[in-house]
Amino acid sequence: MSKNIKLISIVLFALFSFFILLKGLDKSNTYSPSIDKNKIDFNFKSKYLFSEKEVFLNELLKDEGMTLINIWASWCLPCKDEHAYLLKLKSLNNLNIIGINYKDNENNAKQFLSELGNPYTNIITDPNGINSIELGAFGVPETYLIENKSKLIIKKFIGPLDDKSFIQLTKIIQ
Amino acid sequence: MVNQLGNYSLYIALLISIFIIIKTSLSFRNSSNVLSGNIFSLISVQSLMVIISFLTLIYAFVTSDFSNETVYNNSHTTKPLFYKISGTWGNHEGSLLLWLLVLTIFLFLFVIDSKNLSQRYRTFALFFQEIIIFGFLLFILFTSNPFANIFPIPSEGTGLNPILQDPALAIHPPILYLGYVGTSIIFSSALGAIISGSINKSWASHIKRWVLISWVFLSIGILLGSIWAYYELGWGGFWFWDPVENVSLMPWLCLTALLHTVFTLEKRGTFQSWAIILSITTFSLSMSGTFLVRSGILNSIHTFANDPSRGVFILCFLFVLIFISIFIYFFYQKSITADSTKTFLVSKETAVLINNLFMMFFLSVVLIGTVYPIFLEVINDKKISIGPPFYHKLIIPFLIPFLFFMAIGPNIKWIKDKMGKINLKDIFIFIISIVISYIFVNKFGVSYLLSLPLFIFSLFLFFVTIRDFFGKNINISQKISHFGFSLLILSILLNGVLAKEHSSNMRVGDEIKFLDKIIQFQNIEVIKKQNYQTLIGKFNIVDENNSLSLKPEIRIYDQPQTITSEADISSTIFSDNFLVFNIIKNDGFYNVRYQIKPFMIWIWISVLLISLGGILSLKKKNV
Repeated sequence: MSKNIKLISIVLFALFSFFILLKGLDKSNTYSPSIDKNKIDFNFKSKYLFSEKEVFLNELLKDEGMTLINIWASWCLPCKDEHAYLLKLKSLNNLNIIGINYKDNENNAKQFLSELGNPYTNIITDPNGINSIELGAFGVPETYLIENKSKLIIKKFIGPLDDKSFIQLTKIIQ
Repeated sequence: MVNQLGNYSLYIALLISIFIIIKTSLSFRNSSNVLSGNIFSLISVQSLMVIISFLTLIYAFVTSDFSNETVYNNSHTTKPLFYKISGTWGNHEGSLLLWLLVLTIFLFLFVIDSKNLSQRYRTFALFFQEIIIFGFLLFILFTSNPFANIFPIPSEGTGLNPILQDPALAIHPPILYLGYVGTSIIFSSALGAIISGSINKSWASHIKRWVLISWVFLSIGILLGSIWAYYELGWGGFWFWDPVENVSLMPWLCLTALLHTVFTLEKRGTFQSWAIILSITTFSLSMSGTFLVRSGILNSIHTFANDPSRGVFILCFLFVLIFISIFIYFFYQKSITADSTKTFLVSKETAVLINNLFMMFFLSVVLIGTVYPIFLEVINDKKISIGPPFYHKLIIPFLIPFLFFMAIGPNIKWIKDKMGKINLKDIFIFIISIVISYIFVNKFGVSYLLSLPLFIFSLFLFFVTIRDFFGKNINISQKISHFGFSLLILSILLNGVLAKEHSSNMRVGDEIKFLDKIIQFQNIEVIKKQNYQTLIGKFNIVDENNSLSLKPEIRIYDQPQTITSEADISSTIFSDNFLVFNIIKNDGFYNVRYQIKPFMIWIWISVLLISLGGILSLKKKNV
């Protein structure tokens, strides 16, 4: 009898661990540095890629409509893949697209754009990557769609844009 | 083309696996001689197939064949050849293939090694091992195939994480895997033994070799991981109680207990249940380790699997094995018959039992510390992390009696011994240890948790093991391992107590006074290497008598672009001078961290001594 109780309790405990771990797998293991995940503090100053002037990210957002923030770098291969989508978005909707050039060499970045085209309304640089981390980025490329008035992130794409995310984006914008 | 070869050989291995499982399960009833040439040649072919597919993958990495997705994701043409090869197992898919490779080769060796044992036992052990191989093959082929193709073929790969480009880390996974996978043989063999009712002295002396092999590889694997953390991560520590490290320590603790149990079983024919339970637990811990590390439940550098279905597969497979073993154990428990020889309270058996209980205690501390945050997060959505204070507070008080028993245990006789044997020599050694520790602790003003008794007992073990080297009929392998352990504890203690650290921001040309030394930052040199650019800082540490030049590096890798800091460490027998620097901003300042770490090298040496004991024991016919 006591043997059965032992067996049953061990089995129950194992089952319990199993389901806890199974549930643990669903949890995302990525951490966002900001407490309010949907709203970000845009108040940092950075240098334009194409001039020596500095600007607050806030000033680049218009009062109405939406803005797309895209974090990219010339050394990042997936950025090349998603570049076509950004160009399409630009031509389709005349969208305000802000590029954040992440941990990059400025000459390489300029070369990248002259080869593939420039979809961005404005580009600011982030040579040490700190500003992007403040925005909640994990790496490149990353794209945020922001409503200008409330400054809320409507949609966040981690990794390169593809057909699916492109359709999603155009739907939201229209 | 070559890619497909690897893929198809894995499918052939899968078919062989299914065939062997069916064939062996058919022969459970009539224990006929299934292990005749037929099955043996099938196992050989299976190993060969896995070897071929592994070589294919290495070939794809060496030739930078980017039509292979794994190669594309983890390699780059500019990488040195050595890291191209080690890149083969530096990723999720390749490391699983390595697991499988070791699994099949070990099975092949096991079948040869167990020739003299009963057919029934071998059949069952083979059956369980094939189930494990089958599970891994399914996992590899259907969730993480290393031979997946991409089209169009990319011209360049995305590179291997530079932090993994280190010689110690290149050989760390294979060595650790040999240890992990060795436990699978122990597991299958234990289940085979309990079903066939052959848990006896001859089984013990047969499985002892496998326990020793796994134990030695696991020890060295942990050591390499630790050395890598010390040199590469640039934190100046060697053990961080990080979940990933704990996961390799847990099977080691369990295996250490099993090792002592198996010795006892071989000599005295007792502790059968201990042996079986420990065998099952060790393997379950190795598998859970793989699961925890790979699934992404723990956030760590080792996490490769971002696909949740992989995690679910390993988890289900792990629990199927655990449930099978629980039921087999409970069902066949009555078949375990202890030898009727009586044992007394004061005997070596008791000492081994005490050792096992301590090991189980340490194991539960580490297990709870590792798993509790995961459980809490799932149930309660709270994130906590358990750090060194938790482990230190729980382990140190128990380490003290553990050291004591470790000193006296090996000298107690089997079956029965007299209490009154404690002789004057032991007491004399003990008094010396007290005196030295007392002077030391007072002189350096150590105020660490229980530092005085900890010093006393580790010194006591140290002296006792040294004295025992001069005794008669000594068990040299055991002495070396125990001596290594006392040395390890002593070096860790001295290292922790006497370490000095200084951290500040410096520019080229700055000088800083620290203790009786002056740290001079002389210049920076920029050098272009094959796949990275490096900034070499030249520092001088000057004290009264001599000056020491240290050259730490900051490496900027291109593919993928990452910055790593390489500490420069100058080791002497007595202490390590550790210097690392980091870029802070672009204004010419660097963060410079200088550490004096006494007896660092002895930590590595003592772990090597512990492993050496295991190797020597392996060579002996009869311990």
